[in-house]
Amino acid sequence: MLHDTFIVSTKINERVVTATVEARVSLSDFIRHEAGLTGTHVGCEHGFCGSCTVLMDGEPVRACLLFAVQAEGRSVETVESLGTEEKLHPLQTAFWEHHGLQCGFCTPGILMTLRAYLEAKPDPSADEIREALAGNLCRCTGYQQMIKATEAAAKTLRENNGGAAA
Amino acid sequence: MNTRVIGERIKRSEDPRLLAGKGVYVDDIHLLGMAHGAVLRSPHAKARILGIDTSRALALPGVLAVITAADLGHANSPMPLLFLDRGFIFPRTHRALAIDQVRFHGEAIAFVVAESRYIAEDALELIDVAYQTSQAAVDLVEASRSGAPLVHDDTDSNIACRTVTEYGDLASAFANASFVLREELRPERGCAQPMETRGAVADFDARTGKLTLWDSTQAPIPTRGILAEKLQMAEADITVIAPDVGGGFGVKIMLLYAEEVLVPFAARLLKRPVKWIEDRHEHFIGSNHERLMVHDVEVAVMDDGRITALKDVFLYDSGAYCPYGPVNAECCQGILPGPYKIPNIYTEYVAVYTNTPIVSPYRGAGQPHAVFVMETIMNRIATRLELDVAEVRRRNLVTPADCPWNAGVVFQGNSPLIHRDCDYPAQFHLLLDSLGYQAFREQQAKARANGIYKGVGLAFYVEGTGIASYEGVEVCVEPTGFVRVTTGYPSQGQGHATTISQIVAEELGVDMSNIVFQQGNSDQFAWGGATFASRGTVIGGTAAVRATRKVRERALAMASDMLEVSPIDLEIVSGVVRVKGVHQMCTDLKTLSLAAAMPGLETGDEPGLRATGFFRPVGGTFSSGVHAMIVDVDLGTGVVTIDRHVVVHDCGLMINPTIVEGQIFGGTAQGIGGAHYEKLWFSPTGELLTTGFADYIMPTAMEIPFIEIHHLDRASSLNPLGVKGVGEGGAIPVPAAFAGAVEDALAPLGVSISAVPLTAPMILEHIRKAQKKLVGQTA
Repeated sequence: MLHDTFIVSTKINERVVTATVEARVSLSDFIRHEAGLTGTHVGCEHGFCGSCTVLMDGEPVRACLLFAVQAEGRSVETVESLGTEEKLHPLQTAFWEHHGLQCGFCTPGILMTLRAYLEAKPDPSADEIREALAGNLCRCTGYQQMIKATEAAAKTLRENNGGAAA
Repeated sequence: MNTRVIGERIKRSEDPRLLAGKGVYVDDIHLLGMAHGAVLRSPHAKARILGIDTSRALALPGVLAVITAADLGHANSPMPLLFLDRGFIFPRTHRALAIDQVRFHGEAIAFVVAESRYIAEDALELIDVAYQTSQAAVDLVEASRSGAPLVHDDTDSNIACRTVTEYGDLASAFANASFVLREELRPERGCAQPMETRGAVADFDARTGKLTLWDSTQAPIPTRGILAEKLQMAEADITVIAPDVGGGFGVKIMLLYAEEVLVPFAARLLKRPVKWIEDRHEHFIGSNHERLMVHDVEVAVMDDGRITALKDVFLYDSGAYCPYGPVNAECCQGILPGPYKIPNIYTEYVAVYTNTPIVSPYRGAGQPHAVFVMETIMNRIATRLELDVAEVRRRNLVTPADCPWNAGVVFQGNSPLIHRDCDYPAQFHLLLDSLGYQAFREQQAKARANGIYKGVGLAFYVEGTGIASYEGVEVCVEPTGFVRVTTGYPSQGQGHATTISQIVAEELGVDMSNIVFQQGNSDQFAWGGATFASRGTVIGGTAAVRATRKVRERALAMASDMLEVSPIDLEIVSGVVRVKGVHQMCTDLKTLSLAAAMPGLETGDEPGLRATGFFRPVGGTFSSGVHAMIVDVDLGTGVVTIDRHVVVHDCGLMINPTIVEGQIFGGTAQGIGGAHYEKLWFSPTGELLTTGFADYIMPTAMEIPFIEIHHLDRASSLNPLGVKGVGEGGAIPVPAAFAGAVEDALAPLGVSISAVPLTAPMILEHIRKAQKKLVGQTA
């Protein structure tokens, strides 16, 4: 059963990726090995650390806890969908400005968690940000600068959205 | 004048790439035809291996090799002993794969290589090992006794090393003391848990005979040297690269871990690239631990609270092997008195083998233990004399007038603890002032009257940093105009690319954007130690200064010839070398670099506008600081809320205060983990029970409070940058401060804390015991 193969077709960051995989292949392995997107990191493979967080149909999910077959026909967004080095997303810019990362390993999962969170909750308090981040472990930063970065990013995103509406 | 670059809060140059998901960690390296490895590990703490049958695993389609000890030959010789200790009785180091016996749960037994990691892991289940288990030595104290089960059968005890250091006249100090206090104190076992586990990719090119190892390591250059010896190859034929590394904290230097031999061995055997990535469960059992010690400490105290002598005899859990020597114990005794003036000190550490995973340094390396000992003693003296805990500390501090003060202990790397360039009373004043210490004592009294248990914990620390051996940096102005800065030691998130570039930019007079920084690749720079002991900026930074000054001198000499002015009349600004006050008389570093590569210009024999600088310190530097925590303990649950956490620290001059603060925030958070949440639990037979993040609870953003940092920097006189190192200081005092705060909060119940971590259930147990005792007293 686990060794049965399936053809999985998933839209990852605007590109449809199709591959034949065993049923047991995780979504994180599918993203990293089949789509070649190595920005999604695997920290614990049991759903605790949040490093592998991606958005599936807009919702944050642990890519290590899903099988690739569960993403068949779905739409997945990874850190590579945010911004480029030359043109960073406001969340990435804020993390850069506030030293919200050190080794950078947990960062992609945190950015994707926050991206979804700030869409749902554009003006969170520091305590609410702490709660939103509670599913993502970071061993380097102590979270403080990450929280400041998120507040700053939320402000920028609100201003950008306000600007667009006006 | 150049604009200042050193000391500025410059955004990290490594970040845009990492933020965009373009980091290249070892698992992101993908090579054509790559095979995948998995390690079979011992499920037992102690067992004889009666036989290994690999035939079923080898028969599984997709399996390429199953390697056991018998296949390795010289590659399985014992690993080097990294640190000698004058007290060694019998050092024992591990091998890549266990021969005949396993001595800890997690010890590597076999290595499978297959077409995919999925198949390699399937094959692990098909390896049949016949074990004969026997009683393991698990508990440190029991293992230290005669008659305990032996970890190594060819000896008569588990004592690996016993080292005594004595300074002053203990006997007369104890004889003349007003009173003597004696405590047993116990920091428990924990581990680093970087978010990226370990991993390795090896590629052997059969055409050239060259081997490349990408390794999630803090020590690529020593790794290359030991690997060359194990594989009996020339170092010249091996390249070791630490790519982006997702956190280290000490656990990523072992020299070597089994897999650092197995992966390249398999790649050479199979003539295919091989990747092995540790999973989190493996990281708990297969990577090193730290922290467990049992201290029996006695102090001689005068009736004004001054300590006149300190005697500390402590057991140190080495795990099953001792490749690092008892280095954590050495570090612990090396800063034991902290910032306190104790004229007579006796330490004796006893390193003990147990059937548990190997112990090596984790952020702080024995120093959180020392701080826990000293600060607990300070609290006990205060209780005994009915003095305020702050006052007792104040009376014992080394003052600037005492400096330089030789504390009588010697830190790792032959680094005597000599207090200099520091002001502990000023640190304390700043801390208590920022905290509002007196006001808190009033609030505490009021809260207690309302049944709310708040407490404050204070903990000073002195951190040994910047120890030998050496590091080197090459600075080269390329003919392109880019300035290439190269060093051997790698980064695990500390931001060396930014801080070292800041140093070069300021010293040379170039823009940060023109610097290309590279590190951690033994082909790019072949000499160096490793990233550990908060030494990157102290040692590497000083080497960078030396290299850059040579390049600058050469550039000025060349420009002086070209412009026909004296070098002292020249300045370099944004790479332009110009006459001071006559800016149109100029050349630039790019032009000079081209000239230096061409014949005809008098630049000596060596081509290029480049230089290498090395720094090998005599002894180390010492950072210091003091933390205060205010906590609120819930009597019904034992749950602790940290109301405030204030840090005053002195790491010397700061190259980049933002990065310094990041190190302190992160270290403090890791310290909180070790103080309140994280403990490794073993079964009585030695199996590790905490093997995942569900069991080993690391703090999230919900548990880490807002941390206030106050800088009180005194430049070090030991290096040209005035730096002292900052990597570990955040973590070191936190368990002591936390234990002190909890004890203070529960003072009305008479709770006395003698072990860390203190989880909520442990605190609850203290509360219930104390309440029972109180009820007993009133009844």
